[in-house]
Amino acid sequence: MLINASSLSYQALNEAIRKGGIECRIEGCLGQRFIAAGMDSRRISIDGIPGNALGAYLNGANIEVNGNAQDAVGDTMNAGTIVVHGNVGDAAGYAMRGGAIYIQGNAGYRAGVHMKAYGDRLPMIVIGGRAGSFLGEYQAGGVIVVLGLHAGEQSIVGNFPCTGMHGGKVFLRSDCRDVRFPDQVTARPAPPGELEPLYPVLERFCELFGEDVEELLDVPFTVATPDSSTPYRQMYVAN
Amino acid sequence: MSGQSVIESMKPMHDRSNGLGGGFAGYGIYPEYRDLFALHLFFRDNSCRKTCEAFLKERFDVVWAEEIPVRKMPQITDEPLIWRYFASPLRSALRAMQVDEKEFVVRAAMRINQELTGAHVFSCGKNMGVFKGVGYPEDIGEFYRLGEYRGYCWTAHGRYPTNTPGWWGGAHPFALLDYSVVHNGEISSYDANRRFMEMFGYQCTLQTDTEVITYMLDYLLRRQGLSLSEAAAVMAAPFWSTIARRPPEEREVLTYLRTVFSGLLVTGPFSIILGFDGGLMALNDRLKLRGMVVGEKEDLVYVASEEAAIRAIAPDAENLYAPMGGEPVIVRVKEGAY
Repeated sequence: MLINASSLSYQALNEAIRKGGIECRIEGCLGQRFIAAGMDSRRISIDGIPGNALGAYLNGANIEVNGNAQDAVGDTMNAGTIVVHGNVGDAAGYAMRGGAIYIQGNAGYRAGVHMKAYGDRLPMIVIGGRAGSFLGEYQAGGVIVVLGLHAGEQSIVGNFPCTGMHGGKVFLRSDCRDVRFPDQVTARPAPPGELEPLYPVLERFCELFGEDVEELLDVPFTVATPDSSTPYRQMYVAN
Repeated sequence: MSGQSVIESMKPMHDRSNGLGGGFAGYGIYPEYRDLFALHLFFRDNSCRKTCEAFLKERFDVVWAEEIPVRKMPQITDEPLIWRYFASPLRSALRAMQVDEKEFVVRAAMRINQELTGAHVFSCGKNMGVFKGVGYPEDIGEFYRLGEYRGYCWTAHGRYPTNTPGWWGGAHPFALLDYSVVHNGEISSYDANRRFMEMFGYQCTLQTDTEVITYMLDYLLRRQGLSLSEAAAVMAAPFWSTIARRPPEEREVLTYLRTVFSGLLVTGPFSIILGFDGGLMALNDRLKLRGMVVGEKEDLVYVASEEAAIRAIAPDAENLYAPMGGEPVIVRVKEGAY
């Protein structure tokens, strides 16, 4: 089903998606927030600029954006996939609890802030380009991958990555010589065994955006993890 | 550029405000009076207006005075009397006070806002003007008939007040001389900044935080003579740990600015656009807790909280990017002198 979003409010647009069946294509999107919030088992393709909190609380649906997306993509999403053929704004995957976000281009500040994992839920963000400052801020679980494709001379990540991180993993496709991590985090070259679980994810990324897996793996990866399971235990109270 | 395109840009941003404040600033809109100060005032009633006009006549040569033309519409209610005066300070008054004309206008505006109950100067620059009120921005724009003005630079704002009242004077932009500020965020350091500014004669009377940013910029740029990027380095100073990693010369400058103007560090989330005679500067807080996107198309530059606001009027805008926190984006028109 084709939905023309121009002049639709976000409520009317979401209502049209709910009525639109299992496959729908949105055109003329311009800033409507909360698209597909909480939805499961649908495929939604978007032309235009979706507004903030695209796919918030997403619960299994698949969203594909044929261009840029704004702030808070996949806010608190639970399951499903969001694919963005462009850049995303700040706080992508904010408090994400499951599912995957694939970004072809760059991510803004604090991608993956407050990401978490539980049981078999392992959220995943793959950023094709560069990530802004505060990547993985307060990360508690899940996996963030930054590939730094087409980054040129620029650093793959901004300032203060992994600040407050206490769980999960961040993979950066770089030796990270120019990156400063906080004291409670260890960043080291990723051994092949640790990279292996990423292969299916990288293959999916390449399939989506026409990159080559061999080339991706031709560059050393750095992996950042918190030093212990309770890296901040002495910070506020002794526990 | 007509004011209409800026109104169109605000339409997809409707949900960012709640109808309690909308406003615009246009630059280059009064070419026929370009050498005169354009004073825009709200009055509670005609007696306030008469008192204020007497005050103005003692200090200014008022060349032209009129009600600002508005379109009556159901969305906009309870508007005050809205007047504009094109005026220049009386030479005798300038001599008596021994100040230049800009300082003279600042003091007059401050005095009206502080002492003349029911009168409020909300714009006092040359060849520019602020148009604001209580309502959604797209309605406020129609109310002021902004489609009938043409300018080289426009800023716009939709307000969603969370801590302070929504009233006509509290809408953005906040302006002093040709500086105007629109702001998305809230300033945690408001009281520290306000107290610092009071030492230099700036009185915060508008019951909202953004006002103080306007005065800070007037103080830093006009009175202290700082450059725009230096003022940005004061307000959104980098962390000491970031300063420590900069090259020695830059480190020295940043340390100096952060130390001397420590009372003007602005903390809390903010994304602002400063309009001035001949351009604008956009600036995010150093943690970048608010969105900001910049784009270009031919000889126009666009800055907005969301990409959608840019795409609304420039669907094929190019070179889109999000500036870093604390990284000022400075745009000058014809080398800063329009």
